[in-house]
Amino acid sequence: MTEMQKLYLLVPLAPLAGAVIAGLFGWLIGRAASHWVTILSVVVSFVASVAIFQDVLAGHTFNGSVYTWLTTGETRFEIGFLIDRLTVMMMLVVTFVSLMVHIYTIGYMAEDPGYQRFFSYISLFTFSMLMLVMSNNFVQLFFGWEAVGLVSYLLIGFWYTRPTAIYANLKAFLVNRVGDFGFLLGIGLVLAHFGTLDYAAVFARAPEMVNATIELIPGSPWLLMTVICILLFIGAMAKSAQFPLHVWLPDSMEGPTPISALIHAATMVTAGIFMVARMSPLFELSETALSVVLVIGGITALFMALIAIVQTDIKRVVAYSTLSQLGYMTVALGASAYSVGVFHLMTHAFFKALLFLGAGSVIIAMHHEQDMTKMGGLKKSMPITYWMMFIGALAISGVPGFAGFFSKDAIIEAVRFSNTPGSSFAYFAVLTTVFITAFYTFRLVFMTFHGKPRFDTHGQHDNHGHGHGGMPHESPWVVTVPLILLAIPSLAAGWLIGPMLYEGYFGESIVIAQEHHALAQMAEEFHGVLPMMLHSLGTAPFWLAIGGIITAWFLYIKRPELPPIIKAKFGLISTILERKYGLDEFNDWFFAGGARLIGRSLWKGGDVAVIDGFFVNGTARLIGWFSTLLRHLQSGYIYHYAFAMIIGVFVLMTLFVKG
Amino acid sequence: MFAGLPLLSLVIWVPIAAGVAVLATGGDRNAGLARVLALIGALVGFALSLPLYTQFDTLQAGMQFVEISPWIETFKITYHLGVDGISVLFILLTSFTTVLAVIAGWKVIEKRVAQYMAAFLIMSGLMIGVFAALDALLFYVFWEAMLIPMFLIIGIWGGPNRVYASLKFFLYTLLGSLLMLVAFIYLYTQGGTFEILDFHRLPLTMTEQILIFLAFFMAFAVKVPMWPVHTWLPDAHVEAPTGGSVVLAAIMLKMGAYGFLRLSLPIAPDASHALSGFMITLSLIAVVYIGLVALVQTDMKKLIAYSSISHMGFVTLGSFIFNAYGVEGALVQMLSHGFVAGALFLCVGVLYDRMHSRMIADYGGVANKMPVFAAFFMLFAMANSGLPGTSGFVGEFMVIMGAIKVNFWYAFLAGITMISGAAYTLWMVKRVVFGAVANDHVEHLEDISPREFLVLGLLAVAVLGIGLYPQPFTEVMHHSVNNLLSHVAQSKL
Repeated sequence: MTEMQKLYLLVPLAPLAGAVIAGLFGWLIGRAASHWVTILSVVVSFVASVAIFQDVLAGHTFNGSVYTWLTTGETRFEIGFLIDRLTVMMMLVVTFVSLMVHIYTIGYMAEDPGYQRFFSYISLFTFSMLMLVMSNNFVQLFFGWEAVGLVSYLLIGFWYTRPTAIYANLKAFLVNRVGDFGFLLGIGLVLAHFGTLDYAAVFARAPEMVNATIELIPGSPWLLMTVICILLFIGAMAKSAQFPLHVWLPDSMEGPTPISALIHAATMVTAGIFMVARMSPLFELSETALSVVLVIGGITALFMALIAIVQTDIKRVVAYSTLSQLGYMTVALGASAYSVGVFHLMTHAFFKALLFLGAGSVIIAMHHEQDMTKMGGLKKSMPITYWMMFIGALAISGVPGFAGFFSKDAIIEAVRFSNTPGSSFAYFAVLTTVFITAFYTFRLVFMTFHGKPRFDTHGQHDNHGHGHGGMPHESPWVVTVPLILLAIPSLAAGWLIGPMLYEGYFGESIVIAQEHHALAQMAEEFHGVLPMMLHSLGTAPFWLAIGGIITAWFLYIKRPELPPIIKAKFGLISTILERKYGLDEFNDWFFAGGARLIGRSLWKGGDVAVIDGFFVNGTARLIGWFSTLLRHLQSGYIYHYAFAMIIGVFVLMTLFVKG
Repeated sequence: MFAGLPLLSLVIWVPIAAGVAVLATGGDRNAGLARVLALIGALVGFALSLPLYTQFDTLQAGMQFVEISPWIETFKITYHLGVDGISVLFILLTSFTTVLAVIAGWKVIEKRVAQYMAAFLIMSGLMIGVFAALDALLFYVFWEAMLIPMFLIIGIWGGPNRVYASLKFFLYTLLGSLLMLVAFIYLYTQGGTFEILDFHRLPLTMTEQILIFLAFFMAFAVKVPMWPVHTWLPDAHVEAPTGGSVVLAAIMLKMGAYGFLRLSLPIAPDASHALSGFMITLSLIAVVYIGLVALVQTDMKKLIAYSSISHMGFVTLGSFIFNAYGVEGALVQMLSHGFVAGALFLCVGVLYDRMHSRMIADYGGVANKMPVFAAFFMLFAMANSGLPGTSGFVGEFMVIMGAIKVNFWYAFLAGITMISGAAYTLWMVKRVVFGAVANDHVEHLEDISPREFLVLGLLAVAVLGIGLYPQPFTEVMHHSVNNLLSHVAQSKL
């Protein structure tokens, strides 16, 4: 094993070791040691990732196996790593955000009795996510895929005595299982038709399979690639919360805020985006699949953003904005601009983690109050949180110069140039959503930090007994420092747009077919960061963003009496949005209720009535009637007698026949 | 070091002899001695089974550790033992599970301790006999004999409704086993021998094969159990004491599937192909139908019993799709299910010993009072839901991969278990383990003892071990499975 290979192993194994130590021995080593060991393990992982990043930039990629997990038939299933430019970027994002969240957790979870358990879980998550992004094959991808789902389940239900939390985590796991079901079938088709699950081998053979068809329904042949890609994408839809499998993500906010930032905003939910980008050599072969991706992404971006407008829970606003932004990334994938999607994934990881952790900071200051209608005027008492969140808000709204501007603008451009069916709808969706995004984000900022305080500053929180009732105050440094560290890339990461998108950073790791020329066209029009910002001043997205901010200012600062009137006027629309289009109710009624109803009918009707009632007990009655004739045997266990006879016969045979 | 020792005979007869010795300790005055003797017997049995794995030649497809000596020469019945890659792991599973069953019953069983322990030891030897027998009548004798200790375990130490449960089991089993005996005798009249390996080579017409296949089917389908002859299992589990449930789930259910692989497929290959659609249909019904039935159970043991049936559907599905993924997946699934279902029944036993209830509704918030137990329960629940990294995933994954090669929709229907399995298992976990403390009884629960920790810990290691690194287990199977598949691919007509 070379030095670099050892380093590759170190990246995921360090957090695993941290998780095991904090998880199994946390009771022994105590709280401080538990957070130190996990933080240190993530630091090791981050530093190693930086070293690998430099090595990869120097042109050293790696694709090899660690051990053979299983062989069956002629197939070997390996656990192995693919280290290329896409992987290493994800490794940096994951370890950096994870490190910030680890530090932040010291402050956020300070008073929680499950402190060690929490650190163990987030380190375990980091391990799982790294295994997912570093995989060189579909099986390990699926491993990581389900493992992050497991940790997400454990963390949403972290406060397991809360009924809402354990409802939300079960829902999250099951919805994700629906996606995984499709995903596994997609993997199965890959194995059945390619004979291997190794990325490199599959991607190399994919072009030969472009015209292969499969008859799922006899008589109607479909393109194999379309079927595979759509099945794989179903997995991405659940993990990356795309309509209609998004329903678990808003509820996941029941978990502690640090994991909302780490898992349900910055990293895990982007696994689907990463996966599709990784699979670009397959998706490029199916126009239909790309179309599906494009349309689903467009729907998610637009309709989830609309829900964010009516939310009053600060975390839920950010959650719906995550859904909408994931929709943007998906749209980029559908437009064959994978690198743009991944670029937005990166910038979004920074500013969304920032917004979530900022929201968490507010929540601590408000003593775990999350309702924005009971906040207001926090700007003075928590200036660091306010300014950092303000940067995050400018970034997500796409104000020129901030990270979100570059990535979002690139997505909108990519869709505009795209010729994949559905791109005109997607273009309309992403453009409209720019306005909505700016509006709900600044609605959050204004409702929380500006205006008059709407909370009771006197004595209401005394019963918490923490000795810090009364006026909210700024959070401790373990909370604010991660905010500042995340604000820096939220400002600056976008400036990397040139090298990342147009100068071939991703190189071989992303494949784009000749006919999908959106990205190439954009590269031609790109003349540097400053010209791009200047040019944007004359385009629709810029004015839509500014319009959104101004509208929010007008409604929530200038004329705060207006929103209730508007809400009353458009009662039906606001009800639909508040009920989230009724999808939760429908799923509970149709799927959960339906499954229970069928289960109960099969049990009571099939097992109890027909099989037992008619056949088994009928036979028993018949035998009972027969055995009354033989009552003198007094047999409770006829069978024993029968068997004793058989044994007797054998013994006799052994004794006599043999001799 | 073990060369020359009749290892298979030892792993069969040492536990039985130990069982007889335990019986000899007599009444409950000597309960302590009975327990210690039983543990020693079980541990020695397990130790003796280990060389079967370590000395197993993975490159050889045929029978190993063969022992043969005449028994009833007139009918050419021999005492013929041997193992191949298909059977060897089940012998280890059996001797391992016996150790767990003895430890699990250590404190809980207070009446007729010697008889209880003896029943498990004797049953262990007899079950190993089934996996090792290469003579059809020897197989039959072990097959029938192992039921007696199980009947006694349910009948004496079982719950209030044990008579109904035994009667149901009896009705189901009797018919099937007798038909199997008839099939054996018919094969003897055709081939003049009771050697199973000779049966494999015996030329048979299609009609003969179909009839023999159906006779075996009656015996094995009940044991698996396959839909629709499964309804004895939930009742038997509910009435059985914890140890009984563990052995029933971990080992006895495997007998049926083993029978299909050892007897039905190679003796009647053409009938197996002809009837594979029928077998696959029943398997898929088991996976989907039973998965939904499990969802609405209110009794934890019934829920796990139904989940067992659903998981065993994967085993029969894998056995009848005739590729290496399927058959090896079926074998891995059998092993894994032995550990996972055994562990879940032990978990329910831990709760039952404290609260004397199996009803989900009587629980809630157990994690508050039993955090270590909750962690174990969570792990085994995840394994039961087929989470990658646990043994539960490996077999299901392999069978689904095998099925999709044959027909996409087989894999689709089987794959539904990814959703339903997680739904019924984790919904149970939610109601039992999570939430606020539900009532006073839960409030007074104590976390698991070191003895319980040991049992669950050993199973956790097994579940994670197979999940993370199944290669050493499947390596053992390859050549025997390939041999079986090439044999089944050749028509006897």
